[in-house]
Amino acid sequence: MQSETVKMNVSVWRGNRRDGGYLSYKVPMEDNQTILDVVTWIQHNEDPTLSYRFACRVGMCGSCAMMVNGIPRWTCRTHVKKVLKDNAIKVAPLRNLPVIKDLATDMDRFFDNWNKAGGVHHSDQTRNDEIELIDPNKPARKIVDAGIECINCAVCFAACDTVSGNDQYLGPAALNRAWTLVNDEKDADRPGILDLVSGNGGCHNCHSQGSCSEYCPNELDPMVAIAGLKRETMRHLISQGKTDA
Amino acid sequence: MLDARLYFLQRLTALIMAPLVLGHIAVMIYAIQGGLTAAEILNRTAGSIGWAVFYGTFVAAVSIHAAIGVRVIAHETLKIKGAALSLITWISGVVLLLMGARAVFAVFAA
Repeated sequence: MQSETVKMNVSVWRGNRRDGGYLSYKVPMEDNQTILDVVTWIQHNEDPTLSYRFACRVGMCGSCAMMVNGIPRWTCRTHVKKVLKDNAIKVAPLRNLPVIKDLATDMDRFFDNWNKAGGVHHSDQTRNDEIELIDPNKPARKIVDAGIECINCAVCFAACDTVSGNDQYLGPAALNRAWTLVNDEKDADRPGILDLVSGNGGCHNCHSQGSCSEYCPNELDPMVAIAGLKRETMRHLISQGKTDA
Repeated sequence: MLDARLYFLQRLTALIMAPLVLGHIAVMIYAIQGGLTAAEILNRTAGSIGWAVFYGTFVAAVSIHAAIGVRVIAHETLKIKGAALSLITWISGVVLLLMGARAVFAVFAA
């Protein structure tokens, strides 16, 4: 005798950046099922026009983040059983980013901020130079290691209330990246990065509410990184003042 | 909206305010132990350069500190930007400075 399939109620946000609303779907429950599986099931079985973004399905690429029951999560690593409430799940596009269509957001601001925060490697060496050896036990290198596993999923950006209130704010991920470079011995423009994160939308706008660190799926701590940038930029500002005088 | 210099100023003024607030509360608790009227307090502060500097410094620090705080709220909550935001910051600071200076003067010149 075959047991009856249990179904859950899934509300999915459908629409573009101007208008839209939630549509409800009945999705069969599986023993082992992620939120990304649920969204994919809806696209395959209910509505092929449902738009969403994913790539690796194993928590490495950072493409599939969405709001699940109001919380930003990487959907490929979020099991239904962990978030199912009253047999229902609500899936929405990431907060703080404009919607392109359905669950896919325009991430331009998020990635542009990485560049605005100086988040690229600044080299002063050529391919002919010897590769510099970095001691992995050095305190600065340990700080870099603590923040370097960011997968650019924008969960922290969606979780941050300062990002919501201040459209110039660079956001946790870009500042976390800047902090790893400020501590990277191989980066040749660390003062330049400190200048970039000291502007109008810089690290000083952070209120240390800690949502970034609370929701980061890779358990990074951008709030601590931003606190580090605040300290270093203050030292930088004071030393600049001494130099100017 | 909040750059490194404004952040630095707000932290610096907080550092100045903290001991002054503690000093104010400590002296207030100590001074009223035997019962003290407002007139007696003003008698002691009148003409005192020390108390004028003490409260004058506090007022200056508060004006800067609070104006920057108002700036953050005005931007994040009320979405005010640009020249209007600068104007609100300056008006907040100047109004607090004038009100505080008036109070310090009253205590000094009583």
